[in-house]
Amino acid sequence: MDAIFLQILNGLDKGAAYALIALGLTLVFGTLGIVNFAHGALFMLGAFCAVSLNKLMTLSTKVEDTSVTLFKAYKEQPYLEIWFPDMGHTLIEYSVPLSILLAIPVMILVGIAMERGLIKHFYKRAHADQILVTFGLAIVIQEVIKAYFGANPIPQTAPEILSGSADIGSWLGLGQNVVYPWWRIVYLLFSGVVIFGVFAFLQFTTYGMVVRAGMRDRETVGLLGINIERRFTLVFALATIVAGLAGVMYTPVLPPDYHMGMDFLVLSFVVVVVGGMGSLGGAVLAGFLLGIIQSFASMTEVKAVLPGIDQIVIYLVAVVILLVLPRGLMGRAGVMDD
Amino acid sequence: MKNGTMNDLTRFAIFAGVVLAMPLWLEPLGANYPDLLQKFAIYGIFAIGFNILFGLTGYLSFGHAAFLGIGSYAAVWSFKLFTMNAIPAVIFGVLFAGLLAYVIGFLSLRRTGIYFSILTLAFAQMSYNLAYSVLTPITNGETGLQLSQQDPRIIDSLFVEAGAGLPSTNLFGMKMSGYPGFYFCAVMLIICFFISMRIFRSPFGLMLKGIKSNQNRMNYTGLNTRPYALTAFVISGMYAGLAGSLLAVTDPLAGAERMQWTASGEVVLMTILGGVGTLVGPMIGAGLIKYFENIFSAFNNNVLADIFSFLPDSVSEVVVSVLGLFVGSGWHLTLGLLFMVVVIFLPGGIMEGIDRVISKFRSSRQPVADNKTVSSQNQPGE
Repeated sequence: MDAIFLQILNGLDKGAAYALIALGLTLVFGTLGIVNFAHGALFMLGAFCAVSLNKLMTLSTKVEDTSVTLFKAYKEQPYLEIWFPDMGHTLIEYSVPLSILLAIPVMILVGIAMERGLIKHFYKRAHADQILVTFGLAIVIQEVIKAYFGANPIPQTAPEILSGSADIGSWLGLGQNVVYPWWRIVYLLFSGVVIFGVFAFLQFTTYGMVVRAGMRDRETVGLLGINIERRFTLVFALATIVAGLAGVMYTPVLPPDYHMGMDFLVLSFVVVVVGGMGSLGGAVLAGFLLGIIQSFASMTEVKAVLPGIDQIVIYLVAVVILLVLPRGLMGRAGVMDD
Repeated sequence: MKNGTMNDLTRFAIFAGVVLAMPLWLEPLGANYPDLLQKFAIYGIFAIGFNILFGLTGYLSFGHAAFLGIGSYAAVWSFKLFTMNAIPAVIFGVLFAGLLAYVIGFLSLRRTGIYFSILTLAFAQMSYNLAYSVLTPITNGETGLQLSQQDPRIIDSLFVEAGAGLPSTNLFGMKMSGYPGFYFCAVMLIICFFISMRIFRSPFGLMLKGIKSNQNRMNYTGLNTRPYALTAFVISGMYAGLAGSLLAVTDPLAGAERMQWTASGEVVLMTILGGVGTLVGPMIGAGLIKYFENIFSAFNNNVLADIFSFLPDSVSEVVVSVLGLFVGSGWHLTLGLLFMVVVIFLPGGIMEGIDRVISKFRSSRQPVADNKTVSSQNQPGE
């Protein structure tokens, strides 16, 4: 019982990351009809927003270390701590959550530039062309990041107060060994808020209503005199923000490196397809579902029966679902039926 | 590529001549060394095979690296168990790749479009992950499968005593490294090109083109298209298996990273760059990518600094630091940019570019009545 509960928890945080990436991916697909292979690179860009902010805040200079009295010693101290002693220290500690403030404008700019500069010209082209051009773009983004930040993962730390683990087991009257890192709880809550926000935006605002109408029938919406192009640009920017935020908050869980986007992209595509192309609810559901399934498959008891299952289970589920339910879990008829 | 001036036989003869003469005409380009030449031929086979599927039927497979990988593994096992001769290794590689392609194709071809791509990708990733983890007894996991002194080599041991060192691959006594290795691969490439040309011209090829342009209509006429698509998939998988086994012939080891999805992406790149659905395009694309990979990744900032030493110091520093991003380990950046440029401006690849240039050249030589007004300004002596 404890073990099962723990595995569900473990699956949730990975599932949350999958769900967030897949949400943006399927949003772009459902509205713009674009298969965006560069979406994983956007996730990675978000993660590197956190890295850059941290680097910026910890820009440091040499100062004399007064704690050493025997000889003259020097230590590196960030400017921020020199200028505002206590405040600066706290700021640096909270650099990951603060990166959200940096990531949002950066991702909006990236998203708009990408849509206006490149994606716009590919609305009428074949899906294969879209895949290929965004794949090329993903390589470019990846290599630029590699040139500036190097190839090694750059670990980021969560604020100290959140760095321990929560003793969930004792709260719920389960065993003592059911513990779960605080930061992952934060990540879960955060992704819940983001997912809810996106759904609320699409469901309860007039703007979102128009976008949903555009997803159904873009031509008619255009004929009604609505500038659907501009709305779609914003939807694309929204999707990049979601991917970027997912990346920012994931940095304490997984040290970002330049190819993390590609690793997640393949899985997220599987998630989108399992959920059903163009279905937002399906993407979220499938994200969490596959995360949990993956975490169950990596239990030692399961691996003893089916060796290697943890490596392939996601793909296996994807293959079975695609062959049995061609439209995925919640796909609508008429979307990508060719 | 329907310039009626050339018939297939001459085209084939030219292709064979150009391939066999590669060591000669690549010399001035600085690419005349056996390792690179072998890669040209091998990846040419891979891309030509991929083109039979993607170019003719329009099914975009993102999992072809799996066949490349299994071809390599099968070939190395043939070296380990039976003989160091290249022929059985190639046969085993093609056979096993064909079998795997049959299984994967049988399942994946139930879906089309992006679903097909995702299915093939999923199967390839499964093969890759399994090769890395559970199948370690067969694939030797992360280290990669290698020859060793303890291998039985049943057939070889009947004829010759095992020497002190590791035996090398051979073709009835001829060592398969260096130029002989290249010529072996080149002959294979020419055979493959011939087969692919025959497929393009055959009724079967027409059927595949029909699948590409309108599969529904083909189905409505009462024709079951799946066996045709499956045959194309298996043939293309066998090409990939052949390429994989040739990789093992020229260098007898096999690693799981050959199955990774980036390797599948690479062959897509080659085909697109050269020209999808054209006969020689994929071969050109493969050659270009391998050439640039080799040349660009050999560059580094010192070499660049030498080249631009004629500039004033401050300027040359800037130029070198900017260009340094694109060469050496950063050559993937160049590749990505090149790829985007080709997809955006030249969707038909290099072959389309050549066609455009040729047709422009022709129309300016023999101006037809209706474009006379446009071209007359450029015509000297008119």
